[in-house]
Amino acid sequence: MNLGNLDSLSFFYPELILLGGVLLVVISDISLKGLRVRINPLLTLAALLLALFYTLQTDHGSAMTLFEGMLALDNFALYFKVFLLVAGVLVLLGSLHSEELASVHQGEFHALLLAVTLGMLLMANSAHLVMLYLSLELVSLTSYIMVGYLRSDRLSNEASMKYILFGAVSTGAMLYGFSLLYGMTGSLDLFAIRDALLAQEVGGFNQVTLLLVVVLTTAGFGFKTAAVPFHFWCPDVYTGAPTPVTAFLSVAPKAAGFAILVRFFLGGLSQPAGEQWGFISGIDWPLVLIVVSVLTMSLGNIAALTQNNLKRMLAYSSIAHAGYILMGAVLLTGTGLKAMLVYLFVYLFMNLGAFFVVTVIFNAEKTFELQDYNGMFRRSPFLAVAMSIFLLSLIGIPPFAGFLGKLYIFGAVIDQGLYWFAVVGALNAAVAAFYYMRIMKHMILENDDRPPTPLQISPLNRALLVLLLVPNILLIVFWAPIDRWTANSITLFGGL
Amino acid sequence: MIELKYYLLISAALFSLGVFGVLTRRNAVNVLMGVELILNSANLNLVAFSRYSSAGIDGQMFAVFVIVVAAAEVAVALAIVLTLYRVLNTVNLDRADVLKR
Repeated sequence: MNLGNLDSLSFFYPELILLGGVLLVVISDISLKGLRVRINPLLTLAALLLALFYTLQTDHGSAMTLFEGMLALDNFALYFKVFLLVAGVLVLLGSLHSEELASVHQGEFHALLLAVTLGMLLMANSAHLVMLYLSLELVSLTSYIMVGYLRSDRLSNEASMKYILFGAVSTGAMLYGFSLLYGMTGSLDLFAIRDALLAQEVGGFNQVTLLLVVVLTTAGFGFKTAAVPFHFWCPDVYTGAPTPVTAFLSVAPKAAGFAILVRFFLGGLSQPAGEQWGFISGIDWPLVLIVVSVLTMSLGNIAALTQNNLKRMLAYSSIAHAGYILMGAVLLTGTGLKAMLVYLFVYLFMNLGAFFVVTVIFNAEKTFELQDYNGMFRRSPFLAVAMSIFLLSLIGIPPFAGFLGKLYIFGAVIDQGLYWFAVVGALNAAVAAFYYMRIMKHMILENDDRPPTPLQISPLNRALLVLLLVPNILLIVFWAPIDRWTANSITLFGGL
Repeated sequence: MIELKYYLLISAALFSLGVFGVLTRRNAVNVLMGVELILNSANLNLVAFSRYSSAGIDGQMFAVFVIVVAAAEVAVALAIVLTLYRVLNTVNLDRADVLKR
């Protein structure tokens, strides 16, 4: 079903609410001098929650496209909308009591957070190359500014500079790929592109050009998801950015990047054939993506081994996790896609949790160095235990949620008979255990000679830590709703 | 009439020059000029394809959007270059190396 412009509006409330939120925050920031510090976070939170409420209310019956084929509204898009809004809420709560951001005026920060969330929502929905490019740039431009938010801080500036140069080049390359694709198929609509590719049986196309298109567009998506070989910006940017922004970047734009990657490759370059997608012959992009996935997780994990800065180590760890998530996307099956969605969901809570502990420790200690974490268990047992749970979850140790993600991913891979792929993944998980355990060793086993002074945690931060701990512990027990939800969410418009 | 392939050749040359500029220049502003070349090579492709095929004006519409986004991107990039200059007193990218270890 294709809806026209006016009919689409009733399915567009979440985005409209976020847009209104951006404007309201900007207006309150310039007009309410005294109250704005209190009002702005509340307005932002209200906009995010209201958008989340309307997203959950959306009953679209069957998959359809909005705005004359610009956006696709399907269960897949709804999953990502819920995911991205929840991530926005958690990051907003995490940024409220952050010493780094407290040093600068935060009005624009909240407006930017809403704008970037709006961009990501559109990204997860795009079914048209123009929409895809515009929403990707909306997310990119706002996150460049968020990374450089600490204007007088040298690291923050440098990180933002590197981010924008890298981002501009990779999205430029992606755009060049889009232009070639337009030339070959004569359309900018993803589904029309697929039909054109199918109609000409691909043999009619120049194979080298098609491969070039796949490589160039992968550059754009690879940049957003921080997959090797487009990951070079990631450690520097994550280290230099304010920690709440780092936490945000490591989860939300990455997930949105996976959403468009799946939509572009599964919706645009392959066709549904029962349980599996038969990709259009002549493009061996699954092989390209398998190689990318193996390189991404191996390089991320190996580089993380030698890091002593917590933010940098978690940056490499997030590269490695992008590799695991990609494992699900390259399988071309519903099971693989479902595994990817489950993994993303648990990754949201465990990764945000780990970054949040880093924020809390920086608030009190002004340090990201691993040796300064010594004796943390004696100073704040709660924090040390919380961090251990997040890290064990990131490794994938059974009682915690991370195990669920790994179980689904490896299960889907073995299901496809790609045993070597699963073995590479399992070996990587073992390597990753080493550096995660190293953090725990410093926090719990190693003590310095100083007498342990209790660490100050604000009540809000403590409550948020508990909020993040709950899904990490309980998801393994209540996995059935997650299973049903993700199984429903793999319906792509024009796809499976 | 000029054939389509000449447009494509020029756009490929622009793209390569842009990538070359990004990789070799050390001045942040020069790197941004390379980025502009990349974006404009894509624009040239889009407009040329749109003109020489029966696909309608989709490509030209896309090019207009790209021009606008490119302007916004440069505005943000130059603002970041400016703040970097305030902190470092240079726009040479080799000097922005604190994060490298």
